[in-house]
Amino acid sequence: MISLTTILSTVTASFLASLVEVVEAFTIVLAVGLTQSWRPAFIGTGAALVVLAVLVLIFGPLLTLVPIEVLQFVVGVLLILFGMRWLRKAILRSVGVIALHDEAKAFAKETEALTRRANETRADWMAGIAAFKAVLLEGAEVVFIVIAVGATRGLTLYAGLGALAAFLLVMIVGLVVHRPLAKVPENTLKFVVGLMLTSFGIFWTGEGIGADWPGADLSLIGIFVIVTATAWVLTQRYAATPATQEGTAK
Amino acid sequence: MKLIGAIIEEIWGMFVDDGSLAVLSLLLIAIVTAAVKLLAFPAQWGGAALGVGCLMILAYSVHKAVQRD
Repeated sequence: MISLTTILSTVTASFLASLVEVVEAFTIVLAVGLTQSWRPAFIGTGAALVVLAVLVLIFGPLLTLVPIEVLQFVVGVLLILFGMRWLRKAILRSVGVIALHDEAKAFAKETEALTRRANETRADWMAGIAAFKAVLLEGAEVVFIVIAVGATRGLTLYAGLGALAAFLLVMIVGLVVHRPLAKVPENTLKFVVGLMLTSFGIFWTGEGIGADWPGADLSLIGIFVIVTATAWVLTQRYAATPATQEGTAK
Repeated sequence: MKLIGAIIEEIWGMFVDDGSLAVLSLLLIAIVTAAVKLLAFPAQWGGAALGVGCLMILAYSVHKAVQRD
């Protein structure tokens, strides 16, 4: 029996992580659409979505052949690597060691690159490739997240719905505002997702080596609280150091 | 070819940003797994060691990045 905690945490993690990725892909597709034309933007996006769907159809069924302990262990290890990477980056961004990701800046950079090539004979092709690449690369991360948070408990459908909700939300808001979604609190999202994925990673790697966590799935909440507390302490500790103050002032 | 290279780089980048964070995490997982599977270390304690170890590695990696800045 899968608990509500597991389902909710799976959907939330998938939704928030996908939101970050979809916003990044949307910025590039929007730049292509507004600078070049919408035709290459839609063709590039569509082609990337087809490639992603084929990858899911090929690799999805293969996962059912992997013994659950092995799957938990492998997914857990990948989630530890992926989650800790996001968490580290979010902490370093929040204390000012590395710059925050700026969608408006990313949009301006892509627009400038596309404008420079606008008069070339293959400009439409290049613009389509830019959209294709952005959607494929960010989409590959979404596919990994959906499989990673969903597969070990047979919750891929719920994780997929979380990702789909993020996709629809970005598309609807993006169509309404018609500009890069620079106001999305990217680092806060990355921070929360980093906390969740690291917690999932520790939990599943533990299960993969045979640990029966006290309280079963409920211990995920305990692990999440401990990881959050540690990240908070690190943020507080380094927010006030001279090195980060200099870094912020730069 | 450039596109394939970018895809491989992106997939690698999904898991490895700061090299030492990834290496230390994998080392920790390997040690804990070996202790549980080969030395009969209680799996419960293995899970706890994994959690504590991951957080220590994270703290070390953040500390190192702040010092480097």
